[in-house]
Amino acid sequence: MPLPPLPYLDDFRDRGLVRSLLADLEERFSQPVKVMEICGTHTMAVSRHGLRQAVPENLSLISGPGCPVCVTSNRDIDTFIEMAMRPEVIAATFGDMLRVPGTRTGLAEARSRGADVRVVYSTLDALAVARKNPGREVVFFGVGFETTAPTVAAAIAEAAASGLSNFSVFSAHKTMPPALEALSAAPGLSIDAYLCPGHVSAIIGPDAYAPVVSEHGIPCVIAGFEPVDILQALIMIAAQLVEGKASVEVQYSRGVGPGGNPAARDMMELIFEPCDAEWRGLGTIPESGLAIRHQFAGHDATRRFEVDVSWSQEPRGCICGAILTGRKNPRDCDLFGRACLPEKPVGPCMVSSEGTCAAYYQYEI
Amino acid sequence: MTQDLVRSLFAAEFDNSILDRMDDSATFELEGRLAFTTDCHVVSPYFFPGGDIGRLALTGTVNDLAMTGAFPLYVAAGFIIEEGFPRESLGRIARSMQEAAAEARVQVVAGDTKVVERGAADGIFITTSGLGLVPPGVNITGSAASPGDVVILSGTVGDHGVAVMSRREGMRFETAIESDCAPLGELVRRMLSASDRVRVLRDPTRGGLAAALNEIAASSGVAIEIDEASLPLKPEVGAACEVLGLDPLTLANEGKLVAMVDPEDAGRVLAAMKTSPMGAAAAVIGTVERADRPRVYVRTAAGSRRALMMPSGEQLPRIC
Repeated sequence: MPLPPLPYLDDFRDRGLVRSLLADLEERFSQPVKVMEICGTHTMAVSRHGLRQAVPENLSLISGPGCPVCVTSNRDIDTFIEMAMRPEVIAATFGDMLRVPGTRTGLAEARSRGADVRVVYSTLDALAVARKNPGREVVFFGVGFETTAPTVAAAIAEAAASGLSNFSVFSAHKTMPPALEALSAAPGLSIDAYLCPGHVSAIIGPDAYAPVVSEHGIPCVIAGFEPVDILQALIMIAAQLVEGKASVEVQYSRGVGPGGNPAARDMMELIFEPCDAEWRGLGTIPESGLAIRHQFAGHDATRRFEVDVSWSQEPRGCICGAILTGRKNPRDCDLFGRACLPEKPVGPCMVSSEGTCAAYYQYEI
Repeated sequence: MTQDLVRSLFAAEFDNSILDRMDDSATFELEGRLAFTTDCHVVSPYFFPGGDIGRLALTGTVNDLAMTGAFPLYVAAGFIIEEGFPRESLGRIARSMQEAAAEARVQVVAGDTKVVERGAADGIFITTSGLGLVPPGVNITGSAASPGDVVILSGTVGDHGVAVMSRREGMRFETAIESDCAPLGELVRRMLSASDRVRVLRDPTRGGLAAALNEIAASSGVAIEIDEASLPLKPEVGAACEVLGLDPLTLANEGKLVAMVDPEDAGRVLAAMKTSPMGAAAAVIGTVERADRPRVYVRTAAGSRRALMMPSGEQLPRIC
């Protein structure tokens, strides 16, 4: 994979442009406004570029449930670890999951106790591990939103087509629109606008947010991940709020086309079907998960490996759930920065590279 | 096997009058204040663009000496080699170690080699110890940063980290980036001849600039603010970091130093650094501030400041 320089990056972080956008923003908020950045990558960008402190005082940027690692329930984490502990299993996962704590142990600890856990950088690597180890069972931990799910779907399709029977996926994938619906309907949250995820939207397309706009009257602006993107999107949000209208707008037009990515959606559709899913902080949301279709049952780890995690529970004292729904901020947590640290996390928000607690700890403490 | 290795390979490569005596220990005359350090090297892969574990093991130790203002003089090297390690690779590693020694103007005067069973080591581990002489009047320590000092970085950040990662199993990507792995003694000499008010020197290796600055802030009891826009960064390194979700400030460097210098002398030191190839891209990146508790900050494009924390754990690429 050749890696060209990304020359435009500097333009999207241009100090002069950022300051003029901030000055523009300054005059647009006469009332207190709550904007939720749904995506974990946005949360990180907001923290890393110091935007939370730089935007007008009336504008609070609160973080949402868009970190896939963070919203994965302890039950799902425990299930995968139990699968990983089976002697015939090679557990393949993205690096993000390695240090996330489950109820009794995390994957990194399971590995030190003898589980064969391999960090892969793409699902294709996990397929390669399965090919190389025909006598073992490779189970991949499918965690992520619409950005990740199509690549996992493609791996399952490839395994099915090539008869690779020792490759299966434990699918804890989730989809964004049902979560937004749940958040918008949640009492007492009163979010004024959503800064919608750039990469997820590149797959699902802007129309996916139409129900949020029409049923809840909440403006949705799809934004890129650089400071200039985020500030421009906030100006677009301010304009909608001033006019008293709500619509879906795309700031991140260089990444998000009108129809999203139909090929990726078709691939997801081929392999997965919607199922109810448990989200940390949001509870069970109908039709918000992705289960592997019956035709591909041979590649579905939940059907192939039965494990008992009835003992699973959420970490005590951890308020990740409230943080993921924007009700609390990491500084409200008694554990934050004391009992819960990146090297010794109590909840996933502290350890994921997109976690809200990690973002606050790393950049805003 | 070991005896044969020592004679034919290492002794021939590191050839010098002290080592050639093949006594149980090296003997030499030295007078003055000594600097003494040791470092273990376990890099994977052991050959990477711009260097290998041999060059790294040599420069790592001489750079640690240089960071106290010492003139590096002698190095001892211990090799733990896994059975079956290709002899040709070992030859390459010894040769590049000697090349780095020549660049650093040091001699490898003592060493030891052990071959261990297959599986007991990952290819090759090298431990190097180094001895240097600190010139009279030079007193450089991580605890000497004072409010008002100027922070100077000798060149681009993250080159080594990206170069090594680009060859790591499972995530190979093509890049023209080479490791910056190089001895820094000469650069330090130029800095110290330009000013006697260079207070701190540190090579930001593992944990990168973030770790180095946090260590200095903690030892000196100060805050350090760096300006994001002033950081020298190769576009390809920036691109790799964006794609992989890594922070260049936490990536390892093996041929860079960060210095805290009295503001009056900063211009002179910077000019002296630029006369060395090791410091051609040197830049002022920040300042030292008074603080109640040690902190490191980054001034962002938005004009606000964010914290720069001590990195923790291994760097893992993210999910999306």
